[in-house]
Amino acid sequence: MKPIDKDLVQQQLNQRSNRPQYIHVETTNGAYASHKNESFFSAGAFLRNVELQYTIGKITGSGPYRVGLKLDGGWVYAEGLTDWTVDEEDRLLLAGHDHDGKLAVALQLSATPFRN
Amino acid sequence: MSEHEHVLVVFPHPDDEAFGVAGTILSYTENNIPVTYACLTLGEMGRNMGNPQFANRETLPEVRKQELDNACSLLGINDLRRFGMRDKTIEFEDFDVLTSKVEEVIHEINPSLIITFYPGYAVHPDHDATGEAVIEAVKRLPKQSRPIVYALAFSNNCEVHIGPPDVTLDVSKYAEQKLKVIEAHASQTAGTIEVMKQQFNEQDEAVTDRLMKERFWTYRFDDG
Repeated sequence: MKPIDKDLVQQQLNQRSNRPQYIHVETTNGAYASHKNESFFSAGAFLRNVELQYTIGKITGSGPYRVGLKLDGGWVYAEGLTDWTVDEEDRLLLAGHDHDGKLAVALQLSATPFRN
Repeated sequence: MSEHEHVLVVFPHPDDEAFGVAGTILSYTENNIPVTYACLTLGEMGRNMGNPQFANRETLPEVRKQELDNACSLLGINDLRRFGMRDKTIEFEDFDVLTSKVEEVIHEINPSLIITFYPGYAVHPDHDATGEAVIEAVKRLPKQSRPIVYALAFSNNCEVHIGPPDVTLDVSKYAEQKLKVIEAHASQTAGTIEVMKQQFNEQDEAVTDRLMKERFWTYRFDDG
């Protein structure tokens, strides 16, 4: 992956709007966060291969970035995004890596399902 | 150690076998005692992507699959069973199906020793769920034909509840091989391995102890 280029990511979001997409969203602070620091409140969420369609997709902020998708009946958003790529299967992968390079958040879109 | 004929190791993630048990595994395989490793997932949800970063969420499974193959050859493990489950989902799976799958492997290879995580004291939900399924699978065996189970625990204050580990194996002669096994999981350990190696060379007590001694709790079944 490479550091996010806001314009190129925006182009990608535009291209995928109003077309069925499979989404992967994840936030995590790692399974060991509360083990290493007992006062740390560990939280995260994960969804993969939920099919949706959005009318507006927008990247905002000046880095780390935010991405929001407006659906017909709802919303998806993620914050803390730092890196991106479009892989050889034409999937848009966005991730936020923390100061140690560990993945903290991901938002990915693909026209075909992600491998389970 | 030579009393064992066949050892079964059951962990959920590639690299679980590296830190706490690589020396023990080597002590068996180097003495021609076969070790079967059932690894439940590909560690798809790992947060480390290499240092410098070379993987992403979608390439990580294949990367870690290769790393595990390499680690197994370094460990002398010729029988690796991948269960094809997904990282971080073990506790949500059908417990009975997983238990039966472990049971099948036990029936097939008839191990004299099983190494897994101590359920409830192994921090990661996948670790606890794996240990729980293994313990349940062993419980289904008649008491007299149960293998010994070495369980790994490392939650904070676990000794308050389960006492100190009763088995401490000196694996110092395998310390350097163990470092190589840890290093084989480069996507997860690059960066920290250099620090570890340096500390080992400087004979840092904590790292040396971690590489040279492996500790287990012999699991005591509540039904005797």
